[in-house]
Amino acid sequence: MDRKEWPLWEVFIRSRNGLDHKHCGSVHAADPSMALKNARDVFTRRMEGVSVWVVRADDIVASDPDAKPEMFDPAEDKIYRHPTFYTLPDEVNHM
Amino acid sequence: MEASISVASEAHLEYVLRIADSSLILGHRLSEWCGHGPVLEEDIALTNVALDLIGQARLLYAYAGTLDSKGRGEDRFAFERNESEFRNVTIAELPNGDYGFTIMRNFLFLAFQRELWAVLQASDDSQLSKIASKSLTETRYHVQHASDWVIRLGDGTDESHARTQRALDVLWPYTAEFFSASTIDGGDVGPAWSTLENRWSSVVRPVLDVATLQVPAPTAFLSRGKEGIHGEHLTPLLAEMQYLQRVYPNCDW
Repeated sequence: MDRKEWPLWEVFIRSRNGLDHKHCGSVHAADPSMALKNARDVFTRRMEGVSVWVVRADDIVASDPDAKPEMFDPAEDKIYRHPTFYTLPDEVNHM
Repeated sequence: MEASISVASEAHLEYVLRIADSSLILGHRLSEWCGHGPVLEEDIALTNVALDLIGQARLLYAYAGTLDSKGRGEDRFAFERNESEFRNVTIAELPNGDYGFTIMRNFLFLAFQRELWAVLQASDDSQLSKIASKSLTETRYHVQHASDWVIRLGDGTDESHARTQRALDVLWPYTAEFFSASTIDGGDVGPAWSTLENRWSSVVRPVLDVATLQVPAPTAFLSRGKEGIHGEHLTPLLAEMQYLQRVYPNCDW
């Protein structure tokens, strides 16, 4: 019998309106609608979310862990890239 | 005068217990899948449904306690009644069978329960209407979950189709009980269940069509769980569910 695994989907949940969707885990599912339901059942049992995204794990293009030095180290000593010179108005939340 | 009032409230209590017991017994059956689901995601999905059903039963038992001349609370309703005192529809107590059977039973019963909640929302009984509105949002999702799976399995492989059709053949005759005439139906409390048949049918049949399943011909078989006349499967279920309270009466944890 054919016992192929269902593909893997990454799950992103927005916990409150105004916040970003955050990655929270993954589920297996045969298609998008099943993936969405599985994500709801597995990850929002304790009122964790108001919105769910699912993305096929295969469709995510990820950086190569071995390329970490050339990808990320050069930013390490460029403190002037941080916008720390501005005072944010109070109305701007969640920056 | 007093006698007629107590007859009316007895019928009221029975009406609530039919709904509560059906939720509890099906909730207990679904809880048996915990740790045995075909995949982790479905295991959690089914136990979510089980928890929702048991939660509905708790609300209804707490309310039933206020109607009860014996002043029973939720624990006594759930754990200290015998088989013949349970008023759940028989379909709820049937053993789980395979996943297709469990899903088909959920589909057929929960679609009925959804129509019942929808009408009960407008009940003059404000407690019942509150419980119905809360439960309706849960049950909508349950029906969606079950419908999806009925379609996936029915319109799936040869084997899944055959098993789902078998489940439908076995379960369909039990759905007659939902709508069978009964002395306690109607009144001010909620709809006579017989009035829900068309609504239920118009929800269930299109899904079975999409699932390429054949609705069996009607039979004369009529189960009577809602009148307290149960099949062979409820007793062992209660023995397990009530074990702790029976062995350690009044224990608390």
